[in-house]
Amino acid sequence: MTPQTSKKPNIDLPKGTMIKGKWHHQTYRVIERLGAGAIGTVYLCESSQKKVALKLSNHSHSLTSEVNVLRAFKQVQGHSLGPALLDVDDFVTNNNCIYTFYVMEYLSGEPLHDFIKKRGMEWIYSLLIGLLNDLQALHENGYVFGDLKLDNLLVTHKPTRLKWVDVGGTTQQGRLIKEYTEFYDRGYWHMGSRKAEPSYDLFALAMVVIRLFYPNGFLKRNDPKKTIQQKVYQNIREPLLQAFVMQLLQGKFHQAKEAKQFLLQSYLQQSKQPSQRKKQKQRSSQQNTSETEYPVFEIVSIFSVGGFLSIYVAIFLF
Amino acid sequence: MKTGTIKQILLITDGCSNQGEDPSHVATLIAEQGITVNVIGVLEDDQREQPVGLQEVEEIASCGQGISQIVYPQALSQTVQTVTKQAMSETLQGVVNKELKQILGEKQTIEELPPEQRGEIMEVVDDLGETSDLEVLVLVDTSASMTSKLPTVQEALMDLSVSMNARMGRSRFAVYQFPGRKESIHSLIDWTSQIDSISTIFSKLSSSGITPTGPALKEAMYEFAKPSLRRRSHTDDSPDIEEA
Repeated sequence: MTPQTSKKPNIDLPKGTMIKGKWHHQTYRVIERLGAGAIGTVYLCESSQKKVALKLSNHSHSLTSEVNVLRAFKQVQGHSLGPALLDVDDFVTNNNCIYTFYVMEYLSGEPLHDFIKKRGMEWIYSLLIGLLNDLQALHENGYVFGDLKLDNLLVTHKPTRLKWVDVGGTTQQGRLIKEYTEFYDRGYWHMGSRKAEPSYDLFALAMVVIRLFYPNGFLKRNDPKKTIQQKVYQNIREPLLQAFVMQLLQGKFHQAKEAKQFLLQSYLQQSKQPSQRKKQKQRSSQQNTSETEYPVFEIVSIFSVGGFLSIYVAIFLF
Repeated sequence: MKTGTIKQILLITDGCSNQGEDPSHVATLIAEQGITVNVIGVLEDDQREQPVGLQEVEEIASCGQGISQIVYPQALSQTVQTVTKQAMSETLQGVVNKELKQILGEKQTIEELPPEQRGEIMEVVDDLGETSDLEVLVLVDTSASMTSKLPTVQEALMDLSVSMNARMGRSRFAVYQFPGRKESIHSLIDWTSQIDSISTIFSKLSSSGITPTGPALKEAMYEFAKPSLRRRSHTDDSPDIEEA
């Protein structure tokens, strides 16, 4: 349920509606509704035979804040941090209500969940590594993404990348997170504050992975931290992914690049030692209980933490 | 630009007032003191249609120059925050609009500026929202029908303090319930920056059928002027700015 606190009525624009900007006079034709967030609705539109995404809201203030963030991204050279901002304008309806909207580049892609289902879980590693690169760049520019969740991520093609599509929660570091979703919010789980800092996004990223295994989510119950841990151990059986998620949840990484290094190094190490893995697999299948998987996980995680630490030391030495 | 401390009353109720003066009338007077009145109406889980009693909610908020919202209990946490933040932002926009009119003439408001300039002004509003001091007096209706919803209300208030404390500006809360045993409102938590989870804040009350929303609001207004709040503000290191 999205709180509806504005005095202006929320509007739903039917297919074919022509949106003409009051200030810049560009015209956009609505093709379909892509989704609705806490503030505003995003439509797929066509303008000069190009597909664009148009976000329209009755909360002019919140939308303008978002535009400011997109503008700041534009100034960052070299790294594309989000969809490009194309236009900002007002739409005046027939009954003289003014709705502010902005237009951005339309990213086509598919939800992460569908992509993983089709192409396999191993893709998660390269997708997460790419996303961590983007997060690192965002954090270095003084922002925190805030509302990181499955609904805000898309797998785009050529190249295959995990990209964020809605920057509504993006907040300057040190401030209160602008917009969040309870399941992904560390404040909700009593595992940290809502201050915008890089570790806030890293916690949300852990919840993104967890959500892949629990599409309907789960509630926090009496001991929120324990609830999450149990859910992780229950369903995320891949040792590396499990270790990664646990470390994200525990706030072990202070920066996105540390998380990326951990993931990259452990993945490479894991695939370097296929014979050892096989042996361990045989051993556990002989005993044939789920408990025996835990020692294996411990060994792998000790190795990878060790590897990670040595890299960390190396970075500091040079 | 000085904005002073932003002051709000947040009324959480599930029904219609039935005793004392008209709450909308009281809300108008409160707004005149520079305090906005926001109202959240809580529905029953199985309620499909908006009950008649909750129509009052919108009117109180509009008279109190605040924001209203009617929700199911499970959406309370998010709503309490949205309403508080949005009301803050609107107060600040009001302040900025006033300044704009002084500089640019009577007719100029933020919404009438071209998008580019509006962006710059919104940045100022956002900065103010982050750094202003905030005082919220929460007034909770604890009449019989609200009893089952009180744990959810408490959780929402704890969550609100978690959020507001992540801001750079100072945030302070006081929680009152109404009706009180003898008075029209009863203090549960005196001005504090953190609402914690240690104890159940709502004490068991004999549940009577009366909902004196108007008198309760009036009493809440006086609480803002109480010396306990002022004194504490002065002993803290940041100065208390009263003038807008």
